[in-house]
Amino acid sequence: MSPSPIFQGLRPIDCDLHPMVPSMRALTPYMDEFWADQVVERNITTLDSQSWPIKAPKTIRADWRGPNGRGAETVEQLRTQVLDRFGVETGILNPLYGVQLVLNADMAVAFTRALNDWIRAEWLDKDDRLRASIVLPLQSIEASLAEIERLAPDRRFVQVLALVMGEDPLGKRQYWPIYEACERHGLTFGIHAGSAYRHPQTSVGWTSWYLEEYAANQQGFQSQLASLVTEGALVQHPKLKVVLLESGVTWLPGFLWRLQKTWKGVRFETPWVTRPPAEILRDQIRLTVQPLDAPEAEVERALGHLRSDDMLLWASDWPHWQFDGDEAIPPGLPERLLPKILRENALATYARLHEGALA
Amino acid sequence: MAKVVVAPVAELPPGERKLVEAGDKRIVVFNLGGEFFALSDRCPHQGGSLCAGLVSGHVESPEPGVYHYSRKGEMVRCPWHYWEFDIRTGKSWFDPKRVQVRQFPAQVESGAALVEGPYQAETFPVRVEDSYVVVEA
Repeated sequence: MSPSPIFQGLRPIDCDLHPMVPSMRALTPYMDEFWADQVVERNITTLDSQSWPIKAPKTIRADWRGPNGRGAETVEQLRTQVLDRFGVETGILNPLYGVQLVLNADMAVAFTRALNDWIRAEWLDKDDRLRASIVLPLQSIEASLAEIERLAPDRRFVQVLALVMGEDPLGKRQYWPIYEACERHGLTFGIHAGSAYRHPQTSVGWTSWYLEEYAANQQGFQSQLASLVTEGALVQHPKLKVVLLESGVTWLPGFLWRLQKTWKGVRFETPWVTRPPAEILRDQIRLTVQPLDAPEAEVERALGHLRSDDMLLWASDWPHWQFDGDEAIPPGLPERLLPKILRENALATYARLHEGALA
Repeated sequence: MAKVVVAPVAELPPGERKLVEAGDKRIVVFNLGGEFFALSDRCPHQGGSLCAGLVSGHVESPEPGVYHYSRKGEMVRCPWHYWEFDIRTGKSWFDPKRVQVRQFPAQVESGAALVEGPYQAETFPVRVEDSYVVVEA
């Protein structure tokens, strides 16, 4: 199949792909005997999270669903729906399965390790174009570090992955060993929309509707950026790149304005923040462009407020329904920026993409 | 520039500040351990009165969680939005090149020199035997 013409010559890098685990039985071959038996004996059927309800239209685009109503379960689907369709040179897998929701830390570690090994065996081993994130079992920071050390030698893992609404604000010092490990191994720190439901999904309390919750991710991203800046996590780890996934984009300039304006008055609280917060974030934060959240005619003006051409990374967000047909480049992105957004910015962000086939 | 007599030195002791008016200018004069510094009383942000601001020290940090606190009494914060300015230079901390409070020369002069003038008339008599804080505005 020849790629859709809009992508020709651009050799795009897709930074946000979501393989979906068919059921817990798919993961048991990657668990030790105890946990594999526990899954069967306790009849743990699935960890599909309410952050991405399977039947919600947004979770899987209609024409990407299989006969059972699910989708994104096989490499074949990924090839025909995205990789071959758009001529993707490299795709980064960010599995979203409810392992972050599990409260028993031992169980969480067993399930998360199985998820990462499933990705390796069922996806990475089956298509050379694929790279992946190491999903972190952040129920335990020690276990997260062990998981990074276990998988980092496999250079196809290019990033680690956390949910935007997780255990604690990510700037806090207990997370710094993870950032140090990321810097040391050349891994980015990916933060994806979604909640582990340790706290209400909004700072004013629990939501009632899917719509509220999906929109609330944006507040979560803002809070994480504020935490990463004010706690000093970014200034202390200057080589760290943090990638916001399915975060939306156009909310960022307004948020930066408030953060920076207020910092001018109260910077004495956080004297280690010695540069304007917007500068720090421009250097170390990247965002995927699906969704973008702006009408076509306003996109260029909205992006101008970022004051950087280096921050945006292309993503299809497969199989989430962000666009129809082949409109995988959000309408309104300036033509002149496409080489950067579709490829060059990703190469500058993900240190490990320079290796192997892409070297 | 006109010389404005601010106060007898004895009435503006270390740590104190005083607001003076010179024509249409409002100027705040600080005594930092016996040295006098005069700044426009108008914050360059939105015009808050620096004379009404909190005076504090300067805090710096080599790394998160470490606070190096020094120069106590030498930073003034605008009462409106807490922007901080170095009393010695008028420069803001966060953007010292572009955001500054206007500075005026301030020094101590003897009453004997001042009675010869020219200086701007003040509401108190200048006595030959005393010393005075003087601002050029």
